[in-house]
Amino acid sequence: MTITAIQTLEDIRATLRAGATAVDICTQFLARISAHDERIAAFTTVATESALERAAQLDQRGLTDPTLPLAGVPIAVKDNICTRGVPTTAASRILAGYVPPYDATVVDRLRQAGAIVIGKTNCDEFAMGSTTEHSAVGATKNPWNAAYVPGGSSGGSAAAVAARLTPLALGSDTGGSIRQPAAFCGIVGMKPTYGRVSRYGLLAFASSLDQIGPIALTVGDTAAVLQVIAGGDPRDATSTNLAVPDYKTASTEPLEHPTIGIPQQILEEGVDPGVRSAFEQAIDTLRTGGATIVDVSLPHAAYAVPAYYVVAPAEASSNLARYDGVRYAYRAPPASQETSIGAMYDHTRQSGFGDEVKRRIMLGTYALSAGYYDAYYLKAQQLRTLIRGDYDTAFERVDAVAMPTTPAPAFELGERTDDPLQLYLGDVFTASANLTGLPAVSLPCGRTDGGLPVGIQFMGRAFDEEGLFRLAARYEALAPWWRDLPPAAAVS
Amino acid sequence: MRPIMPDYSVPSPQPGDGTEAWASATMCAVSSTLTRAEVKRIAVLAHLELSELETERFTKQLGEILSYFDRLNEIDTTGVPATTHPVPSSPNMRADAPQPSMTPEETMANAPDHDANGRFRVPKVIES
Repeated sequence: MTITAIQTLEDIRATLRAGATAVDICTQFLARISAHDERIAAFTTVATESALERAAQLDQRGLTDPTLPLAGVPIAVKDNICTRGVPTTAASRILAGYVPPYDATVVDRLRQAGAIVIGKTNCDEFAMGSTTEHSAVGATKNPWNAAYVPGGSSGGSAAAVAARLTPLALGSDTGGSIRQPAAFCGIVGMKPTYGRVSRYGLLAFASSLDQIGPIALTVGDTAAVLQVIAGGDPRDATSTNLAVPDYKTASTEPLEHPTIGIPQQILEEGVDPGVRSAFEQAIDTLRTGGATIVDVSLPHAAYAVPAYYVVAPAEASSNLARYDGVRYAYRAPPASQETSIGAMYDHTRQSGFGDEVKRRIMLGTYALSAGYYDAYYLKAQQLRTLIRGDYDTAFERVDAVAMPTTPAPAFELGERTDDPLQLYLGDVFTASANLTGLPAVSLPCGRTDGGLPVGIQFMGRAFDEEGLFRLAARYEALAPWWRDLPPAAAVS
Repeated sequence: MRPIMPDYSVPSPQPGDGTEAWASATMCAVSSTLTRAEVKRIAVLAHLELSELETERFTKQLGEILSYFDRLNEIDTTGVPATTHPVPSSPNMRADAPQPSMTPEETMANAPDHDANGRFRVPKVIES
C-alpha cells in the first residue's frame, strides 16, 4: 500500500505498519485537499497547522499504543460541531469568526483516540437544508458530478469522504442530514439512536431530533468511529449510559440470514425509476444472499414530513434565539448612535441569518405562537408516537426495515432553491428515524443511468446499531459499491 | 392554483400511470391562509426585521407549507400521548460537584463587544 493510494482505515494501518508516520499520512491528505478541494468546496476550514502539530505529537508518542484506536487517522468535522481553537460557523454569517473555547465531546473523544481533526466541512446553514447550497460560504459540489448537489446538510463531510480527501468525517442528522448526503455521494453514513452519542458542543438545531454520527467509505470504518464517539456524557443529559457494544467486531460478523421488512405501500409512488431499480436489485442481492424479505406496514409513515417540519422549525426557533449579537461573533453595525438594543437584535439577526434559516425560524415561531401550539406542535408530537408505534410493530417480525434513503438521486445545483416545500418532501424516507429516535444507516446500492449514486437505508431497533452494522456489512460484502471512484476522487 | 407536487425529474408524469410524485395522492391544494400582517407579526416575535421582498416571499412560501401541514389533521390523535423525548429515559444527571470552568477571557473572547471587567457591552437598555 503506497501512501497515495490510501482510502480506508485498513489502508492507513497497513501504511503505518510499513513505516509511514502520522505526519506522512496527514501530509498526504492535506495535499489531496489542496489539490482537489477547489473543485468540490467541501471544506470551510483546513486545519493544516494544528493537524500537523498533532500528527507530530502522535509520532513521538508511538502509534502502536492500543489506547489509540484511531492513531494518526485524519477526520473532517462538520462545521456545526465545536472544535477548540478552530473556527466553527455552522456555515452562517452570524457565526463568522467564532472560535470555540472548547471541544465538543465527540471531538474530544476522537482526539483521545488518536484521530487528527484535519478540517471543518461545509453544510447548510445551521444544518437546515438538504443540498449544502444554504451555506454562507457557497455550495459544495457532488464529487460524482460537479454540476449536482452533494446533498445535505452534511454535504461537505460526505463529499470530502467520497472524494477521498479524508478517510472519515462527522456529520449531524436532524431529518436525514447524514444519510441523505451519504446516499447522494455513494458512501456510508449512520444516524445513531437518539441518546447514543453526546451532543455537547453540537450547535443545537432541533433538540429532540439532533444526533451526531459517522460518515466513512465502509461499514467497518463507520463502526470504528461510532465505537469511539458513543457512550454517555455527564455534559449531555440526553445521552444514555447504556454499555457500548463492540461495533468493530459486529461489522466483521455479517448477519447471514436477516429478516428484512420492506414498506411496499410507501414505495408505490414517487420513487425515481433509477432509485427504484437500484433498490430492488439490492433487495434481490440480499435475498439471494440468504435474507428473508417480508412486507411491513407503516401506516403513519406518510406523515413523517409534515410532523418533522413542524417539530424541527419549532425547536430551531427557540434554539436560535441565542444568536442576538451579544455573545457570539457577529453584531450588525449600529444604524446610529441611538440604536436600541431591540433594533440591534433585529438588525443582527436580519443580516446574519440566511434565507432558509429565517424561513424556519418564522415557521417555528408561528407554530409555537399563541393559539397554534395544539394544532401544530402537539399534533406533530402525537404523530411521532404513532410513527414509532408502526416501527415497534414491524420490529416484532423483522430485524430491520429497508427502503431507499431518498426518493430521487442528486439533482442539479440551483434547481430547487426557490421551492422549499419540494425540497422538504425529499426527506420522506429519512425523517422517521429522527422522529422516532431509531438508528438508521445508509450505504451505496448502485447508480442511476446518469451515473449518480443511490443509497439503501436500514432502520433498526433502538440502541441496536450493532445489528445494523451486521446487516450493512452483509450487504456491503455482497455488493461493495464503495469501491467505485467518483470522477473527483483524489486517488486513481 | 397550482397543486404542490414534488418534481423528481420523472419524465412527464401522466395521471394514473403510477409515476406521480410520492406525496401527490393525498396532497391538499394550496390555500394560502397566511396574511402579510401575520408574517409581519411573527417576524416581530422572532426578532427578524424582514424586507418587503422577504415579507412577500415568506407569505407565499409559508402559506404553502402551512397548508401542507393540514395533512396532519387526517389522523385522529385523540388520546394519543405526545412524544417529547424520542427515547424514554430519565435525564442523565451528573454529580453536583464543582468543575473547573472557562476563564472570563475565554468566555468573552467571541463577544462582539465587551469591557475589561468581563461584561458584555450592549446598546442602551434603559432610557435615562
